[in-house]
Amino acid sequence: MRILNASGCLDALAAPEVVRELDAFVTKTVTPLPREGSAPPRIAETAHGMINAIGLANPGRERFLDEHLPRLRALGVPLWVSVGGFCADDYAETSSRLAGIEAVELNLSCPNIDEAADSAAEIVAACRRATELPLYAKLSAAHPDVAEVARAVAAAGADGLSLINTLRAMTLDKQLRPVLARGSGGLSGPSLKPIALHTVSVCHEATGLPIVGMGGIQTGRDALEFAACGARDVALGTVLFADPGAPVGVRAELAAACADAGVASPEDAQSLAKSPETQRKVPA
Amino acid sequence: MPSSTSPSRHRLRASERVGPYTLLRLERGGLEPGVPGQFFMLEAPGRLLPRPFSLCLAPPGELAFLVDPIGPGTQALCELRAGDEIAVLGPLGRGYRLGVERPLLVGGGIGLAPLPYLAAQLGGSPPAVLGFRSAEHAEAATLLPGAEVVVDPVLVTELIEPGFDVLACGSEPMLRAVAAMCPEAQLAWEAPMACGYGACYGCVVEIDGALKRLCLEGPVLDAARVRAPVEAAA
Repeated sequence: MRILNASGCLDALAAPEVVRELDAFVTKTVTPLPREGSAPPRIAETAHGMINAIGLANPGRERFLDEHLPRLRALGVPLWVSVGGFCADDYAETSSRLAGIEAVELNLSCPNIDEAADSAAEIVAACRRATELPLYAKLSAAHPDVAEVARAVAAAGADGLSLINTLRAMTLDKQLRPVLARGSGGLSGPSLKPIALHTVSVCHEATGLPIVGMGGIQTGRDALEFAACGARDVALGTVLFADPGAPVGVRAELAAACADAGVASPEDAQSLAKSPETQRKVPA
Repeated sequence: MPSSTSPSRHRLRASERVGPYTLLRLERGGLEPGVPGQFFMLEAPGRLLPRPFSLCLAPPGELAFLVDPIGPGTQALCELRAGDEIAVLGPLGRGYRLGVERPLLVGGGIGLAPLPYLAAQLGGSPPAVLGFRSAEHAEAATLLPGAEVVVDPVLVTELIEPGFDVLACGSEPMLRAVAAMCPEAQLAWEAPMACGYGACYGCVVEIDGALKRLCLEGPVLDAARVRAPVEAAA
């Protein structure tokens, strides 16, 4: 099991020593044009989570390719580039210009921008024609039938799935106004874990694709639960904010978590948590 | 980033009430106190995210932070008792430049927090002016002996005389007023932060005309880097 960061939860150039503890670094989402992002306040803490509306702040494709990517490569850690956009061509153009990286993650699920008009499968298909790099589709658990979306992106040529993104949410201040300037944002942290486990489980069942599981992972036990639901790898997000040493901690705890659960390794745990509901379903 | 990527755990030596605030005296352990105006992320017990605090005092073997209980995280910190342990990461960010000729320390309310350590690092007792919203809040002025103190409705900016190198910390309106009076001032700003080391992109403020992360650029910024308040059209 590899340990990655969730896109947008770590700046490799600001914290290279944290990145070196990861098996691969996933960049913040790159869009065709630069984006300054949402006005502050952008973040708020909730009872068991955090809501953010960063708004895909990023330097844009050209500056990313010219300035950031060479500096990221110099870190010597395998890179995944998260690609975003507003139509299939946006994603395909950026994907076509990436080289020397391990994988492309297609951000098909940012809660803080208007959604691309094209469907997830159309975007994946366009990127499939544009690059031979492995394509991971990052999907939202907010879709009423995420397994169906997973099947569609698999058919369109996705090599893997990143599950899940934050879920759209809102929190109010004392005067009952939204805390975030944008109003809504994406909920992350431990509140997401049960939702993420379910999403990983049904998408694994639906596609068999390699899955990077994420959503509220704080411990080695959490990571192992994602493996049991079918995730091959995991990514850490919100936990990095409180503990930049989390990659080391989670990796160290994994062995003990396996021993406690009576499995030899995270790989050995894969699919232990097969969900009866997915097996009852009549195949399409 | 600080020297270690993981926060370290520190025992609370003492928790002291200072007016409405609480001074947390933590065992220093292996942490450096850093430059005045830099900050540390303190675990808020029972909460998901840590909270940023500038260092208030650095007696030998100790790091002390002044906490205003304004929400659930800061309240949990104020409820800590001697012997309790919390995770601490720091020092982080950029502090005050100390090579100034005629320092004047200016603090508003909880903005007093970084000034005692700043005064010590400047070599003793530079002149200081403090403003508070009530007499109870003004009790915290005992942390900065010799400071001139005013209470609302008198504003601390009324005590700033020309010719000083101003080093300030306080509310946004106060800092904007100081910036308008003293374009050369060094100002310590505040913003909600989830991480303190550039990962969350949450703490942006408008710096040099663009939204930038305060945890990396600041929290201490030259006044000219933050846009002046919009002047009413004449």
